[in-house]
Amino acid sequence: MKPAIEISGLNLFYGLFHALKDVSLAVERRKITALIGPSGCGKSTLLRVLNRMNDLIPECRITGSVLVEGRDIYAGGEDVCALRKKVGMVFQRPNPFPLTVRENVAFGLRVEGINEPGAIEQAVEESLKAAWLWENVKDSLDRSALELPLDQQQRLCVARLLAVEPDVILMDEPCSALDPIATGKIEDLMIELRARYTIVIVTHNMQQASRISDVSAYMLLGEMIEMGPTLQLFSKPRDRRTEDYITGRYG
Amino acid sequence: MVVRWIAERAVKWVLIALAFSALASLLLIAVFIFKEGVPFIVRVGLKDFLLSSEWDPQAGRFGVFAMIVASLCVTFGAMIVGAPLGVAGAIFLNEFVSRRITRIVKPAIELLAGIPSVVYGFIGVVAVAPLIREHLGGPGLSLLCASLILGVMVLPTIMSVAADAISSVPNSYREGALALGATRWQSVRMVILKAARSGIVAGVILGLGRAVGETMAVIMVAGNTVQVPGSVLDPVRTLTTNIALEMGHATGLHRQALFATGVVLFVVIMILNALTMAAMKRGHAGK
Repeated sequence: MKPAIEISGLNLFYGLFHALKDVSLAVERRKITALIGPSGCGKSTLLRVLNRMNDLIPECRITGSVLVEGRDIYAGGEDVCALRKKVGMVFQRPNPFPLTVRENVAFGLRVEGINEPGAIEQAVEESLKAAWLWENVKDSLDRSALELPLDQQQRLCVARLLAVEPDVILMDEPCSALDPIATGKIEDLMIELRARYTIVIVTHNMQQASRISDVSAYMLLGEMIEMGPTLQLFSKPRDRRTEDYITGRYG
Repeated sequence: MVVRWIAERAVKWVLIALAFSALASLLLIAVFIFKEGVPFIVRVGLKDFLLSSEWDPQAGRFGVFAMIVASLCVTFGAMIVGAPLGVAGAIFLNEFVSRRITRIVKPAIELLAGIPSVVYGFIGVVAVAPLIREHLGGPGLSLLCASLILGVMVLPTIMSVAADAISSVPNSYREGALALGATRWQSVRMVILKAARSGIVAGVILGLGRAVGETMAVIMVAGNTVQVPGSVLDPVRTLTTNIALEMGHATGLHRQALFATGVVLFVVIMILNALTMAAMKRGHAGK
């Protein structure tokens, strides 16, 4: 089976700063791929390449090819909105909209012009159930999403993503604002979601990468140093720099 | 040491006195207007004062109804012109153009607030009123002309407060909306305007307050006839312009009647300020 995402020869510049250097990467379907590496290594930047969130940065320039489901997303004429519905993103800090819980989940449907109450109700319930949040919020769908505890806010962000039925879910350090118990819940949820979605996660936390990911990629200073099955990368890294990092001797 | 201690104390008390003098002048203005105005209202009767449209000081008739209506119409008209433009401008500057353009355009629009109101009135008289007279009929100096001029005058207030409200919306809301496949406009309409709503409302109400209180430009362009306007092309006289036009030669009961007009104006503006504060407070509670 062809990989869900294929990146080859990717270079990215912020103005004169060369942030990603000749990066190549293949992300397999229905697996969790973890991008690890020290701060500033470009892993978040790489993640944001995949749904073109870097378009928001004025001085950002990209060369190379990024294929998502076989289509080059940086070829001219690509519909960025359609891409972002296929490749969803969960952010570092939970960012539910200042709307009700229901309207947060319904957001993606309304963006597509679906306003029929029955369809909305159904999608809201299904998505909240899939994100393991239904039992917590089924009686408070009309309350502001900002009143939820942080970990529920983060699962709400997952739920509103699931409502648009993406193929790929990008997660940018989704647990860094959460305590260990809440982190555990999100990790369990990710393992559950792996059955239906391709997941790419950026994490600072090497235990997290080793707990949940199938494939890991180690990045350093904008370069892809090593990539392979997580078990192998953590037990028998091929590159000396990877070994230094995972054993805590980095820097 | 002692000298320094005394100096510290002195500075503190001077600053306290200065701060309270602002409060005191507000209080004095209120007391003064009410002292002159309220006895008049009691004497003429609140109903005859507020609900009669006959204003004929020589004959002892003091009804301000037409002027209240005119003030409300002019203000409302100014909001129809200024609020959509101001909010649209704020959205445009924050969401649709580069920061470089914002840095040039925003101060330029804020500069509009610094133009003396008499200059706006002048432009109204020589440029806007003749256009209205030639193309739409009527005397030109009219409710419409006053609304247009005032609309431009309140534009910088509304735009600058609304722009601050929109730019203080966390970027994570924008990213969240765009990452779900929303277009720029969808993210503005569905998330950002809702998040910035209280600030935008505050800006509009501040603009409203400015429009109610504006006098000089309105005297020059509104035509100043005391009547309940039948159309937007009719000349009107507002509460503020009534005071300014007649205070110079008013004595006795007439003079008191103008103070009573001031009381009405004072109450209207206090209500608007209370609304602004309520809107802002609710916005903070929501975050």
